Amino acid sequence: MVDIAYGPGPDRKPEGGSTITTSEAYLEMVRRRRLYSGIILALFIALMVAGFQLAQSRNAGGFLNGLPQIFAFPSEVISEAWEKRTNIPGLFLQFLPSLMETVNIAAVSTLIGGFTAALLALLATRGLARWPRLTPLFRRMMDLTRSIPEIVIALMLIFILGGGPVPAMIAISLHTAGALGKLFSEVAENADVKPVEGLTSVGASWLQRMWLGVIPQVAPNWLSYLMLRFEINVRASAILGFVGSGGIGYDLKLAMQWGAGKYDQVVAIFLLLFLTIIVIDQVTDHFRTRLVKGDRKARA
Amino acid sequence: MTISLNTPNTLSTEALLATFRRRSRMAFLVPGVILAYLTWIFFAFDIPGIAARAKTDNAAVLLTDFWAHKTHVTRDNRTGNLSISKDGENRGAYPPGLLPDWVTVTNGVTTIDLGQGNIVTYDDQGARYIVPEYGTIDIRPSEDGQSLILDAPQPLPSWINASDRLITVTTPAGRFNYSRSKVETFRYQAGWALFFFTADSPFFQKSPLELAALATTGERIDPNRSNLRYMASEFWNNKMWHHGEVAWALFETLLMAFIGTFLAALVALPLAFMAARNFNPLGPLRFVMRRIFDFIRGVDALIWTIVLARAFGPGPMTGALAILITDTGTFGKLYSETLENIDEKQTEGIRSTGATTLQRARFGVLPQVTPVLLSQVLYLFESNTRSATVIGAITGGGIGLLLTQAIITQKDWEDVAYYMILIVLMVMALDSLSGWIRRKLIKGE
Repeated sequence: MVDIAYGPGPDRKPEGGSTITTSEAYLEMVRRRRLYSGIILALFIALMVAGFQLAQSRNAGGFLNGLPQIFAFPSEVISEAWEKRTNIPGLFLQFLPSLMETVNIAAVSTLIGGFTAALLALLATRGLARWPRLTPLFRRMMDLTRSIPEIVIALMLIFILGGGPVPAMIAISLHTAGALGKLFSEVAENADVKPVEGLTSVGASWLQRMWLGVIPQVAPNWLSYLMLRFEINVRASAILGFVGSGGIGYDLKLAMQWGAGKYDQVVAIFLLLFLTIIVIDQVTDHFRTRLVKGDRKARA
Repeated sequence: MTISLNTPNTLSTEALLATFRRRSRMAFLVPGVILAYLTWIFFAFDIPGIAARAKTDNAAVLLTDFWAHKTHVTRDNRTGNLSISKDGENRGAYPPGLLPDWVTVTNGVTTIDLGQGNIVTYDDQGARYIVPEYGTIDIRPSEDGQSLILDAPQPLPSWINASDRLITVTTPAGRFNYSRSKVETFRYQAGWALFFFTADSPFFQKSPLELAALATTGERIDPNRSNLRYMASEFWNNKMWHHGEVAWALFETLLMAFIGTFLAALVALPLAFMAARNFNPLGPLRFVMRRIFDFIRGVDALIWTIVLARAFGPGPMTGALAILITDTGTFGKLYSETLENIDEKQTEGIRSTGATTLQRARFGVLPQVTPVLLSQVLYLFESNTRSATVIGAITGGGIGLLLTQAIITQKDWEDVAYYMILIVLMVMALDSLSGWIRRKLIKGE
């Protein structure tokens, strides 16, 4: 560390380190660092600007042309919905089943995906794996399921299985298994191995060692990640509905395609989705803080 | 690692036993509830009926298309013209005079070798298909040309479907259709057809060795440019696979994620300071900032994308803006939590030198939070390369658009497989890149 402060080459290293040379060297280092971070920043800004220009040139409408229109569509929608505001409570009831379907897809996928993730994570963690030689295999499996976007699997499954909630459920479960598996295994890696060793010494099987030795240690963090994932999955399930079929996303797509005249439905769906996400967000956030930080520190 | 279950502070035996009883009740109750829920879903989603609704033939088409292609050998029975094409597409048609090595034409008789002893011959009487361990299927049109006469060992097996207008034969080696107007043979082969060069290219059906020889020492096919450049342009502008356009689309997707994430990271930084308890003493402003973050996150990427697509039209910039808005909310929340957890000693030290608020933030706070914030930014960038695919599918930009288009046509599944592989490779590459940068930043390796 000290050497770095004295400049680039050993030949320039001052002898004795008198106060003046030391501070000079320090200032030079600061200048050099600033130069480097300046260059990196400039490069970064240039990259952003160039990228934005490129993205704009390949877009159908330009940024400045579109900017005044940002509120055109929302205001059109809202003004129509305002005229028909008496319909909205009824529409809430009408779309509640689809909302339930969306939330159910997310919940089931989180459960199935989370269970698979737990199994994969334990099998892929060094020191805990049932078959240590196979850990790379399970790791690659998680990487693969994580990197295939849900939409690809969902659309292919719709081709085979037809519409409905099942394609979305399978697609989200697969992705969840990979994404959570990685996080789970990072947590499990930091788990204390002493309980596992103790259980091994009394002749516990692998499942017993995991269930009694590892799971109690990692459960709070795992549950916290699981809840975060549930929130993400609700959003994903709505999007999959919009692109594919099933749930409230599909209703939204139908209402949007109809255009003017059904904007009260659009607003009702927006509101339902918004409220659901906010509620889930706040509830999971509350429990997550409690789980990770402990009871007494629960959010004020 | 502390286990934060509701353990009472004073553990009398009584209380301890009560906890144990409660826990053992929970140990049965929680799995029971989950199981009951899954059972209900099993019937609510009609999973028993899924087997009946599943289209197995679609699945077969999809899986075969993923790894194989078929070549059509068609003869028009009225004109006698023979045409050969990959996947039955015009752009995959063989130029006249060029034949695959398993098709031979001598004196008007076409012989197609489907492999494993399966031989199909077209001649002016009709067509014959020799199936090993079965015999010869001979098909001739009747005298008046109105119906087909089939001569094959009886009884007819189930893989031969015969009427007097159309006869189809399906064997593991290929498929064979004879109708009054034309006779077709399909041969399935592993691999993607025309992946490198289309049939109208001079490099079509050349082996890698031949190509290497052409590229290095061969005579120029096009006198204006070298063979290697010609080859590269033929590959890049491949009319079936559009490699150039696909590469652009991938780049667009990456661009969306890049611009969206990093702009959001910059926009959210000052906002997060306003939302952090230890930097903003004004309670109401803090509350407003937090509710703004919650609102942005609550509206959801889907809705932002739809609204923005209306204003800006389809394209990568719309996607980038959608990511920008959604992530501003996420970053604002993450950052302000990080800022509230900083070590106050450094800011106090800076404050003791008489620094202003801005200087305190610059020299006391930013150095200690930068690694954490950057790691959060990279993590979101990573996940946004995936979301950009979906957002592209909604706004119409990048690889997401190509992918949904290919899926909606429901026949170009080899394209879908190609895009999927590219997306997975891109996401994995970015995963490891951002992992590497994060390790460098945090551990300072």
